[in-house]
Amino acid sequence: MPPLLKLILMRFGLGALTLFLVSVVVFAATQALPGDTARAILGKDATPQRLELLRQQLGLDKPVPQQYWEWLSGVAQGDLGDSLVQQGMSVTSLLRDRVKNSAALVLIAALVSVPFSIIIGALSAVWRDSKFDMTASVGNLTLAALPEFVIGIGLVLVFATNVFKVLPAVSRLDPSVSMFRQLHLLILPALTLTLAVAPYISRILRASMIEVLESEYVMMARLKGLSNHLVLWRHALPNAIVPTLQVIALNLAWLAGGVVVVEYLFGFPGIGQALVDAVANRDLPMIQALCLLIAGVYVVLNLMADLGTILVSPRLRTGLR
Amino acid sequence: MSEIRSVTDSELVEPAKVHGARRRSEWVEILHNAWGFNRTRVGVGIFAFILLLAALGPFFAPHSPTEFVAAPFSGPSAGTVLGVDYIGHDVLSRVLWGGRTVLGLAIAATIIGLVLGVSFGLIAGYARRWLDETVMRLLDVLLAFPQIVLVLLLISLLGPKLWLIVLMVGLSHAPRIARVSRAAALEVVQRDFVRAAEALGEIKPRILFFEVLPNITSPLLVEFGLRLTYSIGLIAALSFLGFGLQPPAADWGLMINENRIGITVQPWAVVLPVSLIAILTIGTNLIADGLGRALIGIERESGGPS
Amino acid sequence: MNDVVLTVDGLEIVLDPSGIGIDHEVSLVIRQGEVLGLVGESASGKTTAATALLRHQRRGAKIAGGRIRIDGTDIFGVSDAELRELRGGLISYVPQDASAALNPALRIGTQLTEILEAHSFGSSAAERRKRLAEMMAEVLLPSDRAFLRRYPHQLSGGQQQRVAVAMAFGCRPKVIVLDEPTTALDVTTQAHVLDTIRDLTKSYGVAALYVTHDLAVVANLADRIAVMYAGRVIETGSKRDIFRQALHPYTRKLLAAIPDLSGERALHGIPGWAPRPGQRPEGCAFVPRCDWAIDRCREEFPPSEGPSEEHQTRCWRYREVGAQPMGGDARQSGRDGTTGAADQPVVDVRQLSAFYQRKECLHDIFMALHERRCLALVGESGSGKTTLARCIAGLHPFKIEGEITFRGHQLARDSRGRPRPVRQAIQYVFQSPYSSLNPRKTVRQILAQPLRIFFDLDAGETDARMAHALEQVALDTSLLRRYPDELSGGERQRVAIARALAAEPTVLICDEVTSSLDVSVQAAIIELLAQLQREGGLSMLFVTHNLALVRSIAQEVAVMSEGRIVEFGLVDTVLENPQADYTRKLLADTPTI
Repeated sequence: MPPLLKLILMRFGLGALTLFLVSVVVFAATQALPGDTARAILGKDATPQRLELLRQQLGLDKPVPQQYWEWLSGVAQGDLGDSLVQQGMSVTSLLRDRVKNSAALVLIAALVSVPFSIIIGALSAVWRDSKFDMTASVGNLTLAALPEFVIGIGLVLVFATNVFKVLPAVSRLDPSVSMFRQLHLLILPALTLTLAVAPYISRILRASMIEVLESEYVMMARLKGLSNHLVLWRHALPNAIVPTLQVIALNLAWLAGGVVVVEYLFGFPGIGQALVDAVANRDLPMIQALCLLIAGVYVVLNLMADLGTILVSPRLRTGLR
Repeated sequence: MSEIRSVTDSELVEPAKVHGARRRSEWVEILHNAWGFNRTRVGVGIFAFILLLAALGPFFAPHSPTEFVAAPFSGPSAGTVLGVDYIGHDVLSRVLWGGRTVLGLAIAATIIGLVLGVSFGLIAGYARRWLDETVMRLLDVLLAFPQIVLVLLLISLLGPKLWLIVLMVGLSHAPRIARVSRAAALEVVQRDFVRAAEALGEIKPRILFFEVLPNITSPLLVEFGLRLTYSIGLIAALSFLGFGLQPPAADWGLMINENRIGITVQPWAVVLPVSLIAILTIGTNLIADGLGRALIGIERESGGPS
Repeated sequence: MNDVVLTVDGLEIVLDPSGIGIDHEVSLVIRQGEVLGLVGESASGKTTAATALLRHQRRGAKIAGGRIRIDGTDIFGVSDAELRELRGGLISYVPQDASAALNPALRIGTQLTEILEAHSFGSSAAERRKRLAEMMAEVLLPSDRAFLRRYPHQLSGGQQQRVAVAMAFGCRPKVIVLDEPTTALDVTTQAHVLDTIRDLTKSYGVAALYVTHDLAVVANLADRIAVMYAGRVIETGSKRDIFRQALHPYTRKLLAAIPDLSGERALHGIPGWAPRPGQRPEGCAFVPRCDWAIDRCREEFPPSEGPSEEHQTRCWRYREVGAQPMGGDARQSGRDGTTGAADQPVVDVRQLSAFYQRKECLHDIFMALHERRCLALVGESGSGKTTLARCIAGLHPFKIEGEITFRGHQLARDSRGRPRPVRQAIQYVFQSPYSSLNPRKTVRQILAQPLRIFFDLDAGETDARMAHALEQVALDTSLLRRYPDELSGGERQRVAIARALAAEPTVLICDEVTSSLDVSVQAAIIELLAQLQREGGLSMLFVTHNLALVRSIAQEVAVMSEGRIVEFGLVDTVLENPQADYTRKLLADTPTI
């Protein structure tokens, strides 16, 4: 087998293993806890009949490995069980629209924040210690410190309520209308997410770029008499972006978690809001499905970053000696 | 190769210390150098201010945080300088009471995370091979969950108990701190003084604690500052979502959640706790950044041949 | 003289922003077709001065004064755009470590072509392709498409350095700056690269500045030599002037510190260490290490003087120094006690194979270290010499087969599996004292470790043993309170040796213990080890890549290549009448003065 293929297959295998272990964690944290799961869900006052019914519905009367196996095989076939709260509705049907909504939100935030922060990071490195760099540094530091709901409320205060009233403070999408007609509802949540991740990416790119700019090969490129343009764009930036890929993936995966607080804040009908509701109502199948989904996004993004790194770094792509 | 290179590079290193006059230990020097940055001083100032506010605030509160003093969302008046909240409690009093929980829980969670993470990281970094692989692979699984999702997952059935939240926030830090300490430990473990101790037959715990750990304290100091910032954010966010402190407790995160519906009529009940959380996290992050810069500076300085 | 291509006049370089001086009053002249060797130890400011010729400084340093003219152009007077044209066009640079200086993400063809494009060398792409093929041929590399499409990591270290040389000669520059281009290479590869450089400078009449710490290398390459110490050029002259009639005490001592393959000279170190920027005293910086120093030396730095315009030095007493005959005293160490039958081996290695992960890296090794003898283990990087030494010390982390015995007792692979008396008896000194001493421990804590593990001593006795160990390595007990960062490289290595001696070993394994040190310090450490071995009755395994060191310390030598011992015998026999082809090649490629 060619070494490159082997490496790629190994990464896939590792991703699959992580995904499997993620499912074990999700299952263990919800269904396999010591104690009476049914009582934990329904509370102290539940009647014996209701408890029995719930045990049957979740299969809690079976041995734990069997419960896990049945749950996992259901997941593999796209059957995530039925919601405990909205009786008779499958989790899949309840989540379908919400996944789309959240995906749109995350995608917008990603498409804005990634290029924006790469540019800021690269320029900060090139103009190191300049006014621009200092300003960007203070901005990054501040934004990176703030919890996302603080950023969100700040934006609401400024743009939706007390200072300017130009944007809606809540983003309840109308499910009967196409999302493209209600894009203005996405602006504040997407902006919150953008501001929350951008500082991380631009900081790491700045650091990586500075390291590259001080490398021997960039010094050599300068001593060869190459133009600044070539030195920066051909010799420095490609090498600086490679180690940043992982961080970008990590932050995009973080967006999937960031939506929890942001959607709750703006009342946005996505998976984050769904998770908060599910936890509040102890809707077990829903919690399992959402956690699995969010962790799955991380695993997939991480895998993509790994493969991306292999493909763009010649040493990994061709070397493997 | 690197040996020869760094000898030449060190020609350019500022002579930090003249022979004889030198520090006792590195982290003291890091603290000293970090203090040299304005940002660290601002950060420490902010942190000290919030700490004082949280610790002494209750003694200056004009009302009990759970006392009903006026109609809900009444604006500022003589008895209630900053108005009252959604249910009629005095905003100022609740703000003065509400810092303790955030700070206390966040510091506890960070310490738990640090202890767990450093232990895993050190063991993985020194053991290498299969033990390293196993420990890190398992921690990677936890890494797949964004911190808030992991905490929500773990408290979903057991309910929002404070000790559980502290433990789980700590646990959610652990894999991230473990990565940092493992990376730092790996670098130290490769150095020959660890080989030298092994050749003498020094026992493993002594090698971990006396050879490796003292060499990674500085990055851990920075990590502590960083993780404290995130702990504050996480714990406040949990309260904001309704899974942290429960009413009628006075807590900044909870206050934001309770009062945001009245943001236009009585903004103080939201703006004040939001601003306090904001400046607190900015403060701790400034400290972490100052420490980080001092650390880089010191690595440069003693970056001679090593 | 009209064939002067490069003049450096009064160059000043300082640290930025502190303004502490790195280089002072550096003045050099190079003529067409001439190679000037710029020699200095670490912290002498030689690399800093060399890159200044391209008006380049690393972050944290800046050029504060002086003038550099290349072929009539004032380098400091040109615009940035003009400077870019000069760099790589008129004056080019060969880096110390090509593996770091070639961009890992770009094919070597791209990196070679772009210098031609940047300087519009040749009028068309076809012409540039032709020139590229020529460049590759000049450095004896293939120029086919497949080779040019390779990435740097797909080349060997020697090939990478050749690519860097090809690049530097690409646009036919008038001046070329070579910054220790062979330091990172093995001797055989170094010899080839040096040949290439010599041929190219001669055939194109390029003026070359060759920066190095290794006088033996310039002895074969340079026409003239400039010696730097503490940021100043302290002597310049023709090769003959420097090697036969050196006028500065430092130059003379430096020459005496160079290990001598022929074995006619004794090796002498220079006590102390070279001061770094900011620590340099008033007057002449060499005073603390100089036997000739007088009061005037401490107050005033001497002007440039000398017997001829060509041979200049900066020493108040150069006439007296020059009047002393050169050439060292005869060698005395080494051979003592080599005659007569060997005793029982202390360490006996039989049919040893060792693995790195699953790959066998040592094959079928037989080796014996005899009582009170020093055996030198010589080989290039990757020959397996360090692996063998680590197997004996119980530090090899992977599988080994065969047996290692100590006084007849079979040894476990891992040091932890060996009984305490054995661990105590075999002590190991590591290559780099920057890595082998824990920076968070004081010298006292470092020395206390073996004492605590091997002996049951009270506090007073511990102190006495520590003092004794330091005395053996000629260090003062005041150092006990210090941390390793507060010590010079030579002092650190002495502390590491003292740690080994504190265990009162029978066998001392020294793994490349001088390779990270300056020549002058290396010589002092070798002197110390030879004396310890002779007087202390130690059996010593001395691992080195430097064949020239062998005579100064060892009685027996084993030459290793590719995981095997290819030759084994008494030092004089092996060096004077080598049997293995590999040994002959190694001897031929080792530079000598």
